[in-house]
Parts: sequence; structure tokens; C-alpha cells
Amino acid sequence: MPSPILPIRISNLRLIKGGRAVLDGVNLVTEEPGITVIMGPNGAGKTLLLRCLHGLIEPDQGQITLGHLSVAESRDQQAMVFQHPVLLRRTALQNLAFAAPGVARSEPQQLIKALESVQLAERAHQPARMLSGGEQQRLALARALLIKPALLLLDEATASLDPASVQMIEALVKTQIAQGTKVILVSHDQGQARRLADDVVFMSDGQVVEQSPANDFFAAPKTPVAKAYLAGEILL
Amino acid sequence: MNALAEAFRLIITLDADLFEILRLSIRVSLVALIIAAIIGLPLGTWLAITRFPGRKFCILLMNALMGMPPVVVGLMVYLLLSRSGPLGWMGLLYTPTAMIIAQVVLITPIIAALSNQVIEHLHQEYSDTFQSMGVTGRRAVVAYLVDARYALTTCILAGFGRAIAEVGAVIIVGGNIDHLTRVMTTAIALETSKGNLTLALALGTVLLALSLLVNSLVIGVREYAVKRQYA
Amino acid sequence: MKHFILFVALAFSTPTLADTIIVQSTTSTQNSGLYDYLLPMLKKDTGVQVNIVAVGTGQAINNAMRCDGDVLLVHARPDEETFIAGGYGKYRRDLMYNDLVIIGPKDDPAKVAGALNVNEVLQRIMQAGVKFASRGDDSGTHKKERLLWQAAAIDPDAGSGQWYLETGSGMGATLNTGVSLGAYVLTDRATWIAFANKQDSTILFEGAPPLFNQYGVIPVSEKRCPNVNHEAAEKFAQWLLSETGQAAIAAYQVEGKQLFFPNANVRLNSSIELK
Repeated sequence: MPSPILPIRISNLRLIKGGRAVLDGVNLVTEEPGITVIMGPNGAGKTLLLRCLHGLIEPDQGQITLGHLSVAESRDQQAMVFQHPVLLRRTALQNLAFAAPGVARSEPQQLIKALESVQLAERAHQPARMLSGGEQQRLALARALLIKPALLLLDEATASLDPASVQMIEALVKTQIAQGTKVILVSHDQGQARRLADDVVFMSDGQVVEQSPANDFFAAPKTPVAKAYLAGEILL
Repeated sequence: MNALAEAFRLIITLDADLFEILRLSIRVSLVALIIAAIIGLPLGTWLAITRFPGRKFCILLMNALMGMPPVVVGLMVYLLLSRSGPLGWMGLLYTPTAMIIAQVVLITPIIAALSNQVIEHLHQEYSDTFQSMGVTGRRAVVAYLVDARYALTTCILAGFGRAIAEVGAVIIVGGNIDHLTRVMTTAIALETSKGNLTLALALGTVLLALSLLVNSLVIGVREYAVKRQYA
Repeated sequence: MKHFILFVALAFSTPTLADTIIVQSTTSTQNSGLYDYLLPMLKKDTGVQVNIVAVGTGQAINNAMRCDGDVLLVHARPDEETFIAGGYGKYRRDLMYNDLVIIGPKDDPAKVAGALNVNEVLQRIMQAGVKFASRGDDSGTHKKERLLWQAAAIDPDAGSGQWYLETGSGMGATLNTGVSLGAYVLTDRATWIAFANKQDSTILFEGAPPLFNQYGVIPVSEKRCPNVNHEAAEKFAQWLLSETGQAAIAAYQVEGKQLFFPNANVRLNSSIELK
């Protein structure tokens, strides 16, 4: 089944903040399904790009299309998981029900299944904000997947989580690929990028400087800045 | 000390007049509170999460109205409900309903302004997530109200405190009529003017006890909320 | 929202019963307990439920001019006559009287107790520079007090805020203020006798003719205010003016003292119908 939101085309995207171009003419075309990992040093504009793609920020210039759709038109086929999950002040189960009221009404057992998929079924009736950081992020992911998104955006979603939760989240993301979901993931974790990425987009100073299949990128990055980044050098 | 003993005696002996007045006080302020909350909470929430030109001015106005003297509110409602006023045909002046209306006018801005602050705070936390999930409009207002429910109890409590304690508005539109519109505060005013200072103070003590009771209930609710990370 | 307000209004409004009236009244009759004594009897005889709104005479008259009352019961003869002349009242009858007294601290620093008349009392107060607490609220008692100063050729406003203190409040509040400050106060006798916070103050001057205090009763005109319950208002006024009502007023006592003296004109009463 071809994904309705592919190819994703971003052309000449500019975003000005405080008089500085934080996104400075981003051009990117992603035609392949699977997992795209966006990497790059701090301040490169990775998160901002993701937020533009998701419609949380209106860019000052440039265009984004997803398949035949604009950002706004594709919104209900997108889901995003943030670095710090924001959960409602309700139980785990109620958090899922809020995200997908239709599902909650017609197939409530789907909510339990979603909890099971992130091993939180036993926590269904606990206040969501009492869960551990890893559990909260798992719940946030389950919430995002409930609407069966065509595009899943993850913004450093596993940063500083316990290894078990990271593993669970990675596994779940991989199963989504099999169901035809396109995943775009921002990560600082090279190990994670190597484990998950089908292709890599490398950003620096508000621009995309390199886009390669994952194997090529990790074997031989084309740009010096990517090379330095992978070598673990501190980039200022 | 005498006043305390007198307050005690009135309560212990289930003084019929006291309980009639107390019941009316609670009834008037409670109904006013419910109406003010139904208007004020969504209004404050809506102003916290939407952006339109003039929004800042609305919030400013709401905050200013919080400081409106009860006497002025009473006077406005009196002129409205007076038999020669625009709503005179309803025959509401000198009834508990008139007192309810005055108190609604008095406390709706308080509830709206305080809930506005609470929700703005929550909005900073939730806005990305709600935008991401496509939660907007009415659904967002309801969600914010539900999620801030424990913090909002404080706003509602502030409204109730102001309503049950004010005298200036209800004495003008209610008339302090015995067995009809006499409430705790107007009874206190009357007893003071009769020079029955002990009785007046005793009534004040009863009002204080009521306030303590309501406040401890709310504190209990809040502690429960904090324990569940709901606050 | 409109519907909701209306709903609440209906749910909580007290239906206007055929025999319920609102009396715009001076405060002395309420604070002295007269109504608590009279109204149950009146209700038994006439079936009329009376709701008292006790404010100063000035405010009572203003409220009645806005039709917010069925009967007026006040004590400021000139204003009452203006009220009638303006067509707001059906008629005015003398109902009862009591008198005004001047109270002050027991040691009487201005030595008013030995004064020959009211003029002298007021002159001594001003000359001694002791405090005088005035209602300052346009009430019946306040209007009377202003006339007394005028008669004594004194302009108390010159000392306003120094020795002449205008509280802008009711009789009770003014007495509370006056008593705590050791000030002299002009008050009606009924309110003073029933007043419970006398402390060190006492009646220092009384009984002079200018201190006579006449109460009048005025049913509000249904021509001017079509909404008034004029039948019940009439019953109320007529009961007070009747022998039964007058006897009841005379019988009311606080601490063994009669507070109000009925003086309804019997001759006028018999020819009252002004259709």
C-alpha cells in the first residue's frame, strides 16, 4: 500500500527567530518509506524542522508537501512524540481515550491492546503522571500510534530513558514500519541511529548538508562536519 | 470571649433564626457560585487559550472588575431590577433571586480572572501536545477545565468566599427583609446597628466556622490531587 | 445563558402573593423592635405579609419614588408632603410620635444637661469643642438635626471633620461611633432605649418642643406605580391607624418604657376613601 503522505518535499524552508535564520533554506525530498533519522549538532535546526513538518510552527518562507497534501491537510494523519511527554492529569487509560475518542467509544478493547503493546496494561487505572519517565514516554508513544498515523515524528523521544523502555520503543517503532507508517526521528544517539535508520539526514546551521542511505552515511560521511560529528568531536 | 460563647450557644441550641439565615446565605451564595462558575470558568479558559485582537484588553477588564466594590454592583443591579427599571416587570427586587444576580455579577469576574491565570499556566505545558493531537475549540476548553479541576477549586473557593462574606450588594437588592432576604452578613450589619455587638460578633464567628469548614474541604481535595500528581 | 438566568430566576423568585407588601421604612421602627411586635398581630388580623426594607428616611422616599415599595413609613414631614404633592403617595396620615433626645458621655463635658433649650445645647457643644456625631445621611433624624443647627444660628460644617463628625450611616452605626468617641448624638428615643451598646453614654437633654418626632404612613399611589399592591397596602395602613393598631403601638415597651405614642387623627380616618 503506497503511503498517502509520500513523497515528502521540503523546499527552501526558512524560519527567522530573533533576527537569525534558524532554518536557512532547507531542501529535502524523502520518497522512501521506512525510518529517516535526522542527525546533527545542537542548534542545527532538527527539532524546528520537525515542528514545521508537524504544523506546530509556521515557517517564514518555503514549502512543504506530503504526497498531494499540505501540512494542514495531512495533520490528522500525523502523530508526534516529544522529548518530554506531556500527559493529561488522568489515568493512563483515560489518556488514550482522550487521544482517540472514536476508538474509545467503538472499540474500547483497542485501548487495552495499546497499553499491552507498551507493557502498561497493569497500570491502566493509575494516574499517568505517577508513571516513571520511561513508562510515560511509552504511554505517549502508544497514544500517538492509536490514531494509526501515516507519519510518525519522534523528537529525541528516547533521550535519557531507561534501556528497557528504549528497547521497547524501538521495537514498537520497527513494527510500525511493517504497517506502512513513515517514521522521521531526531536523535543524538548514534547507536540508535545505526540500529534504526534506513536513511540519514544530516543538518548543520539550519541547512540539510547531507542525505544518504544509512549504511553509506555511517561508512563514509561526505561532509567534514558530519565526519567530525560521528567521530565524537565537539562542534561549536 | 462572650461572642464565642454566644456563637456556641446559637449552634448547640440549633437556634431556628440562625439556621434559617445561614441556610439562605449558603443557598444564595451557592447558586450564585454555580452560575458564576458556569460562565466564568469557560470564559477564563477560553481567554487563556485563544488569541484574538482585544484579548489582552478583555483580561485587563476582567481583572479590573475583580476589584469592583459590592455596593456599586448592588446599586447597578438595584437600578436594573427596580420596578421603574428595565427589568422591573420581573418583580425580582427584594427577593433572594435579586441577591443571587448581584452576587453572580460580583464573583463571575473573580472566577474568570483567577481561572484564566491557572489555565494559562497549564496551556504553556499542554499547547504543543493539544495542537499535535488536533484538540481545539470547545474540546480544548473542556479538557483544560477537567485537567485543571483541582487548581480551579481555589478559584471557585475565592468566589464563594467573596460571595458569602459581602454585605454591600445583597443589602441593597435584598433589603435585609426578615425571613425573606436576611442573610448572615446583613444580619450582622443589623445587629451591629442595634448595638448588639456580642450577637453580631457571634454571627461573625459562625460565618468564620463555615469558612473554615469549606476551606478544609478544599485543602483535603488538593492534597488528594497532589498525591496523584493531578495538581 | 439567557434561558438559564430566567430558569434560575423562576426557580428562586418568591411568587408575589396577593397579600404581600414591601414597606420602605425608617430604621428606628425596625431597630427598636416595633415591627417584630406589630407585624404578627397585623398578619393575624388582615392576612397581609409585610416585608420591611429599613433604610434612612431619605433613601426610603427615593426608593418609593422608584415604585420599589407599597407603603412608606418615615419621619420627615416636609419631604413627605413633597412626596404627596408629586403624586407618589395616595395620602399621608400621622401615625405616631416619639421624641428625639441628645445623648452624650455621662460626665457631660459640654454641660448640656442644664441648658434651657435646644439652641443653648448646641451652642454649648460647639463652644466646648467637644465632638458631635451626625448621621449625615439625609435621613429624617439628620434633616431634623440640620434644622436645629440652623435655628441655633450655627454652621457646623465649619467644624466638619474636627468636632462635627458626619458618619453618613444609619442611626445605629452613628450611635456606635458616637458612643466610642464620647461624642454627643441626636437620636430618636426608641432607637436609644433599644440600643444595646450604650457604654458610658446617657440621655443628657430631652423634652423640648423642637425635639418632637412625628411618624407618618403613606400608601404609594397606584396611579403613579401601577405595580403596587394597593389593596394590601391599604389594609396595612388602615390597621395601623385603627384603634387596634394604635393600641398595639401604645402597648409596645422596651425595658418598661413606651417607645412610640400613637396619634392618628380619628376624624380623618373615618373619611379616608379617596377614590
